[in-house]
Amino acid sequence: MTDKTTPAGATAARKPAAAQKRRGWDRGALGRRLGALPTPVKVLLMALLVLLLYALPLLDLPILSTPDTDFGAVLFTVASYVLVALGLNVVLGYAGLLDLGYVGFYAVGAYTVAVLGSFQAQLSWWMLIPLAVIITTISGVLLGAPTLRVRGDYLAIVTLGFGEIIRLTALNSAWLGEARGITKIPRPPSLELFEIPNLSWDGFTAFVDLDNTTKFLVFGVADQAPYYWLALTLIFLVLGADRMLRLSRIGRAWEATREDEDAAELMGVPTFRFKLLAFATGAFIGGLSGALFASRQGFINPISFPLLLSILFLAAVVVGGAGNRWGVILGAAVVAYLPERFRGFEEWRLLVFGLALLLLANFRPQGLLPPRRTRRVQAVEEELDALEEGTARA
Amino acid sequence: MSFLLNNIVELTVTGLVLGAVYGLVALGYTLVYGVLQLINFAHSEVWMYGSFAAVWVTVALGVAPGGPVLTAIGVLLLALLAAMTVSGGIALLLERVAYRRLLRLEAPKLVALISAIGASFFLAELMGLRDRVVDFFGLRDALDPFVRSARDNTRFLNPLETQGLFSIGRYTVSNVDVIIIVGAILMMVGLDQFIRRTRTGRGIRAVAQDSEAAALMGVNRDRVIRATFLVGGVMAGAAALLYLMRFGVTRWDAGFLLGVKAFTAAVLGGIGNVRGALLGGFVLGLAENYGSALVGSQWRDVVAFLLLVVILLFRPTGLLGESLGRARA
Repeated sequence: MTDKTTPAGATAARKPAAAQKRRGWDRGALGRRLGALPTPVKVLLMALLVLLLYALPLLDLPILSTPDTDFGAVLFTVASYVLVALGLNVVLGYAGLLDLGYVGFYAVGAYTVAVLGSFQAQLSWWMLIPLAVIITTISGVLLGAPTLRVRGDYLAIVTLGFGEIIRLTALNSAWLGEARGITKIPRPPSLELFEIPNLSWDGFTAFVDLDNTTKFLVFGVADQAPYYWLALTLIFLVLGADRMLRLSRIGRAWEATREDEDAAELMGVPTFRFKLLAFATGAFIGGLSGALFASRQGFINPISFPLLLSILFLAAVVVGGAGNRWGVILGAAVVAYLPERFRGFEEWRLLVFGLALLLLANFRPQGLLPPRRTRRVQAVEEELDALEEGTARA
Repeated sequence: MSFLLNNIVELTVTGLVLGAVYGLVALGYTLVYGVLQLINFAHSEVWMYGSFAAVWVTVALGVAPGGPVLTAIGVLLLALLAAMTVSGGIALLLERVAYRRLLRLEAPKLVALISAIGASFFLAELMGLRDRVVDFFGLRDALDPFVRSARDNTRFLNPLETQGLFSIGRYTVSNVDVIIIVGAILMMVGLDQFIRRTRTGRGIRAVAQDSEAAALMGVNRDRVIRATFLVGGVMAGAAALLYLMRFGVTRWDAGFLLGVKAFTAAVLGGIGNVRGALLGGFVLGLAENYGSALVGSQWRDVVAFLLLVVILLFRPTGLLGESLGRARA
């Protein structure tokens, strides 16, 4: 047990009280109050939140909105980061595997859609997405099968290499479009049902702008809102699956593997297979996100998938709090949104971003929203510290 | 294939030159990893700052290539000193700002990695924006030659003229080649002896083996950690000058790829193993050169990473194994 942070002079009597208070953190005051609400109110609140999320690009809220870029496009970027971060969270947060080349899966998904949808064949969009996801999952298994046997820190560099290999292969193969990239990637099929007017803002007064409408479900070039809706829907689906996985036998096996691989193996958990499964699941979600990115962009080239993107994804997961899906979502939103919001400072934004990462890591090392387990462990550790000190004094 | 065989000497020498630079940078990764089990992601920036320090020395002195040899050597030594000082200083700064607090808190390794990534972004961007920073302080006129076109390649004018020394087959080995390879090996031997024989070196090994036991035996852990960062930084500074003598340009973002390669070299040799770092560097440099001669130079990096994957599959702890702690007493 480590108690460097606790002053040596603290009395044993004060200690348990502090631990008691800590345990209260398990659910914050806000969480408790929300939990106490009657079920219909909870459902209503959830529905309102979901509705608000869907309506964001139409509302174009003054402070939240990005002055220098289309808000819908920014929201799509945020949503696709969230999707990627959820996938990486399975690998990193649940199974504890450090993947520094996650952009590789993202690229495989995007390139599958691009190559089979426009460059080498013209499959329909409905075929492309499942194909992209399947191929990415297979690539995850192919990468994981040999490399998951090496120890944790080496996995980081091997995956980093994988990300680079994918990018360089795309850059150097004529079949994959080389540096020129691939254009005319099919967009999701549109169906024009009705039009929704957008809000316009004059200062802080809103008025409905009937000239500026979003056609419901037309995936075009100008209006990015439908892509955002598509991504948001996928996020909800992934969240549901994530929850089910986490609570199942698989989720517990991941947790056991992460905490102590040898012990898990002794308890009869086939750790290698579960690690591979985590890798494949992560690849699945990464590929989905990449496929979505390609079909929104309409054009991809190797520059779209730099190594830096892997680092940003990783930052999103860790900043938010690896292992907690809400934390991860928050982290991804922060990492994707902040640079876009402050595009006005163009040149300085990466500098500030680096500084923000540094400060967040140092002053909030457990992440913005740490998983409940981490908080519980903290409380238990403190209690143990108090007990140890107590017996030593007695 | 015939291209490889016809140019085997040239490919070998340039591969060794490249490998020497990788190896020296890899030392920084390997030492910090050996002691703290952390990937010091910002080490590439330590190298990059060293390279700029070397360039600025030549700019400040206004040296042109082709002067008298003695002056050239003097300038190079000065540049070496500047690069080592700046790199060592940045490494110490990193330890203070990005790591110390987290080490005290015993935070998870991943958080330290993120902290280092943040520091790395910050340092690289700061170098890329140095013209803006200078403008901000109104020092543009005084510092213009140092900050001009901050986002572009910065050239290093090597004061020492490249001369052929002797020929092997069809390739003439130049003085710069010899300086780099011999210099790197000398530094590596020196470091190895430092770690094996000095008091500080013993402290480093002790902390690498078991930091708590070392602390109980009276080793000042914090000082050892600082010494580790300093030594890694100084080596990166030397690597920066050697790199510039051969390749002649640096950039605000040049550190990233070199850092990835150097880390690969460290893992290849067995991370935490000082001798492994140089061996890994040489193997990587040679493999890159031979590989790109075989399949085309655009596949250079792919060859490097594939080699890494293959070696890790068959020797999961690198070529020489991990042994900073286990080194002979």
